[in-house]
Amino acid sequence: MEFDALLLSRIQFAFTIAFHIIFPSFTIGLASYLAVLEGLWLLTRNETFKTLYLFWVKIFALSFGMGVVSGVVMSYQLGTNWSVFSAVAGPVIGPLFAFEVLAAFFLEASFLGVMLFGWKKVGPGLHFTSTVLVALGTLTSAFWIISANSWMQSPSGFAGTVEEGLVAVNWLQVIFSPTFPMRLTHMVLAAYLTTALVVAAASAFRLLKDSSEAESAMALKMAIGMLAIVAPLQLLAGDLSGKDVLEHQPAKLAAIEAFWETRSEQAFHIAAWPDREIEGNHWELSIPKLGSLITAGSTEAEVQGLKAFAPEDRPPVFIVFWAFRVMVGLGLAMIALGAWGAWLAWRGRIVRSPAFLRACVAMGPAGFVAVISGWIVAEVGRQPYVIYGVLRTEDAVSPIGAGAVSASLLAFLVVYAIVFSVGALYILRLLAEGPVAGAHEPPPRQDRAPGTPLSAAPEDPGPPDKEDR
Amino acid sequence: MDLDLPLIWAGVIALAVLLYVMLDGFDLGIGILFPFARSPRDRDTMMNSIAPYWDGNETWLVLGGGGLFAAFPLAYAIIMPALYIPILLMMMALILRGVAFEFRARGRTRGKAFWTGAFAGGSTVAALSQGLVLGGFIQGVTLNGEAFGGGPFDWLTPYTLLVAVGLTAAYALLGSTWLIWRTEDDLHGDARRWAWRAVIASAALLAVVSFATLFVHPQVALRWGFEDGAFDLARLALLSPIPLLGLAGLGLVVWGLARGGHVAPFLGSLTVFVSGYLGLAVGFFPNIVPYDLTFRQAASAENALGLMLAGLVILLPVILGYTVWVYWVFRGKVGADAGYH
Repeated sequence: MEFDALLLSRIQFAFTIAFHIIFPSFTIGLASYLAVLEGLWLLTRNETFKTLYLFWVKIFALSFGMGVVSGVVMSYQLGTNWSVFSAVAGPVIGPLFAFEVLAAFFLEASFLGVMLFGWKKVGPGLHFTSTVLVALGTLTSAFWIISANSWMQSPSGFAGTVEEGLVAVNWLQVIFSPTFPMRLTHMVLAAYLTTALVVAAASAFRLLKDSSEAESAMALKMAIGMLAIVAPLQLLAGDLSGKDVLEHQPAKLAAIEAFWETRSEQAFHIAAWPDREIEGNHWELSIPKLGSLITAGSTEAEVQGLKAFAPEDRPPVFIVFWAFRVMVGLGLAMIALGAWGAWLAWRGRIVRSPAFLRACVAMGPAGFVAVISGWIVAEVGRQPYVIYGVLRTEDAVSPIGAGAVSASLLAFLVVYAIVFSVGALYILRLLAEGPVAGAHEPPPRQDRAPGTPLSAAPEDPGPPDKEDR
Repeated sequence: MDLDLPLIWAGVIALAVLLYVMLDGFDLGIGILFPFARSPRDRDTMMNSIAPYWDGNETWLVLGGGGLFAAFPLAYAIIMPALYIPILLMMMALILRGVAFEFRARGRTRGKAFWTGAFAGGSTVAALSQGLVLGGFIQGVTLNGEAFGGGPFDWLTPYTLLVAVGLTAAYALLGSTWLIWRTEDDLHGDARRWAWRAVIASAALLAVVSFATLFVHPQVALRWGFEDGAFDLARLALLSPIPLLGLAGLGLVVWGLARGGHVAPFLGSLTVFVSGYLGLAVGFFPNIVPYDLTFRQAASAENALGLMLAGLVILLPVILGYTVWVYWVFRGKVGADAGYH
């Protein structure tokens, strides 16, 4: 395989966007969680909620910062590495990106400042409003970026060709392309699950040390409640999203399920080793007829296999097949964890089951892994196209040399490795301290910049008060 | 109603970029000045003075890039590959200095030292690479049909290096005058000394860059009245308000520094930026990819520009409104710990 500018650009894009998605998939959920916590505190004046808010807002600040800076890269990388795509797609999906910046990024960035540093500068109502606006901003951002991505997966509402240029003819069809509603639902639920799993893991970790920590018990119950409700809903949303794939991207569906022949009564492969070279699976562990039932709703349904598509139109199958199984496997584990937790909570034993708490800790990263696996399915599965059926990835790359891209890829690897490992260390350190220490214990002065959210939490965080400066 | 949509959008992108260089300029300037602070405590104060704003400031860069993609996809598709290396260098630098805001506060001894360095180094490299991008843009981009047709190091010339140093000095001027406005005591005094040096360096470099820019392309010289050795005073007179504005800005900085003003030096620095920006823009306008592609040729479809304009007229006033409000909320002098909470 030749390492040309195309391949290097693909690796660079995959790496930088996979790195980036880690943070939004956590902060979308966390922003909503913070809004709920602050709202509950203002409503009930229960200090537990405030302690949790002041603790998780620090984790949010760290994660959001990494999300912002890795996101800025994306808005330039489309042009630096995928200039043909940019020139072709700009007139159609450019406005979706512009709306994301105008409606979401400014909102998040501006009110984040108030959220982190305004605790004593504005009244409680305005502070709560700022938190809500940041949460709203994260969801708005998801709306527009998933809209743009969905258009690339199932383009609609446009006219023209790559050669003469694309132009929108129906904006509603561009924004609400056929796969968009379910994909947005799927991603937002994924973000909420990711956050719930992290909150559950952090709280469970604390409870394993000290089962009397009321804040962690409260956070764990909230997270498990979220998980118990949302994880089953996610299975439904994922299934509906799969039906969209069957209709709009049949080659992707065939790769997900490692179907090669077009037939009814497709078997469902629990595991397999699909190989494009032999146009089949080296081995497979299958349940007869279930494949047609799951993907098309009936065992009699005829479902296309990969051989129905020309070899140059087939996506890589091994990685798509397995990424899908990782995602679904973790999704099922989340459902189980949610059900187990709900059962324990109902029996009033949730904080006193070490086995369950350990399971929560173990499942902490599961949301991130599932999100990245899901995106691998979505993005690798739509190859060889960048705009499905319209523009091939190999035709979309910039007229740049492999040398420049190798240099930038190497630099990204180094910079992101530093940022990620240090960021993870600082977050894990905070999580290990727990909400009580994190929110109340004043930090040593010389070690903390007072402008940071940690010190933004006053030593005795009384009600926000403008006079008290 | 017939709106000149490409012209409106060219103005919007230009405004976004101008707001970016002025707003992120002062917070990058703080990073450039970081090594000169006399104590970690002063560095804390410097960072505190921009912590609530930097993210919003940087969003103008995203609007500049995203807006260019959305409104002038062809220009975006040519400029980004042409300036590949400096743009990605800028990205890496912005990543390191961006995460430093939170990471520096979380680090213990070594971690804090590392992120102090990352903030200073990242800010400086970001400023230098923005100068290389600006210089590479002004000196012109080689086209091959409607795509970039030059080499990976076209942006690296004595002119672009000069612009890079000039922009960095000017950011240091913005940063130091911001600190004069927003800090007290020793740091305030240091900021005054930094501002004196920065204003001298900026004025000298601005003069040299202005002069050098006349030679990057005949069109620029023509705009300012120089053609084939002949000189047209009327053309120069027409544009003379731009350099005069710059001189007024420099005068305001010096006047403010000399008589101990707190806000005047910063306002003067901003004025210098507006002047420099306009001065460069008249050289290549109406090109959006100097000197072969105009903003009309690069414009997106009319219906895309129209749709975005509808969103913009609603959202931009709201954005400007809450941006001003956030600056208002965090107004006043900032201390290492007292002023903030």
